[in-house]
Amino acid sequence: MLDKITKVIRDYKEDPDIVITKDTTFAELELDSLATVELVMNLEDELGITIELDQNIKTVGDLIKILEK
Amino acid sequence: MGLRILSTGISLPKTAVSNDRLATMMNTSDQWISSRTGIKYRHIASGDENLTSLSIAAAGTAIERAAIRVSDIDMIICSTMCGDYVFPSLACCVAEALGVTCPAFDLNAACSGFIYALDIADKFISTGRSKHILIVCAEMMSRLCDWTDRSTCVLFGDGAAACVVGEGNAIKYINLTSDGHTHLLYQQVGSGNSPFRPQKEPGFLVMAGQDVFKFAVSKVGQQTELALQALNLTPDDIDLYILHQANKRIIDSARARLEQPEEKFPTNIDRYGNTSSVTIPLLLDELLEAGSIKKGTKLLLSAFGAGMTTGTCVMIWE
Repeated sequence: MLDKITKVIRDYKEDPDIVITKDTTFAELELDSLATVELVMNLEDELGITIELDQNIKTVGDLIKILEK
Repeated sequence: MGLRILSTGISLPKTAVSNDRLATMMNTSDQWISSRTGIKYRHIASGDENLTSLSIAAAGTAIERAAIRVSDIDMIICSTMCGDYVFPSLACCVAEALGVTCPAFDLNAACSGFIYALDIADKFISTGRSKHILIVCAEMMSRLCDWTDRSTCVLFGDGAAACVVGEGNAIKYINLTSDGHTHLLYQQVGSGNSPFRPQKEPGFLVMAGQDVFKFAVSKVGQQTELALQALNLTPDDIDLYILHQANKRIIDSARARLEQPEEKFPTNIDRYGNTSSVTIPLLLDELLEAGSIKKGTKLLLSAFGAGMTTGTCVMIWE
């Protein structure tokens, strides 16, 4: 899952070298609240699922937990 | 026979408030507002400005440009979330000022209201019941917002935009939806002073920003796809996409998903903010005045708003 999220983030940021770990925060990636929604929508397209928005998603690990539920 | 838009007219409160001015009143900044919304100014009603006077001014311009007599108008539809009175309707206030006695009523489909009004007008004209319908979109968002909530009050502006529609064949497709997510964007009324119910103060506008953003971007895409499929068109076939001006980031995101160039998605949100159902006719008026819309121009109008509602219309300008 981390690989898929990493790909979506790299595509979104147009930066193929960004290193993403579970502890990476969206704030570190300079993604504000609306950019995070765009990223979630891109991830939905990539995975073919619907993701419920959650105000508590702060890190990539938080997002993975939601996706694994 | 359906309709075509004969003319448009707009009216805005005289005071344009900049982000910098808002930053002197609350904890915000031009950078914060601009980067998240694309908004730099919004017009805010002050003094004795009200929705009726803005509506009459916009309607007057539209009637004059349509080169019809006021008495030719045989229906008035106002799109507003909240007129100057709970009743009578804003449309009746406009009818009174114009001195006409035709049917006049308000509709509330929030920010999608203009497309809803167009569809209703189209049906009345199609059946021969009406010949010239005045549509006025008018919103005073500044009295709905909580001015202590910096995350919402900076987003909205006040204004009115009108159009006169008459017989024609401009509309090729129109689709309206509502999807039941009423809790994402709402404003509660008060309880009055009834002794039979608990007292409840009227509320302010409440918005779940991230959810509304997601709804808007996904619905603009889905509804556009449906419209294009129905007409056997591709995104490239549309000359101009006139989207509800709620947030520049929504427009950019929807545009990227349709893989279309920026010039096909005109905006004016930088100068007016989100004026709800006014945004689309306000932008149409500016584009017509600038000569950017001509006979034959293919337009896709797309609105979304509280409800959550959507309205989508493909029009070939006549």
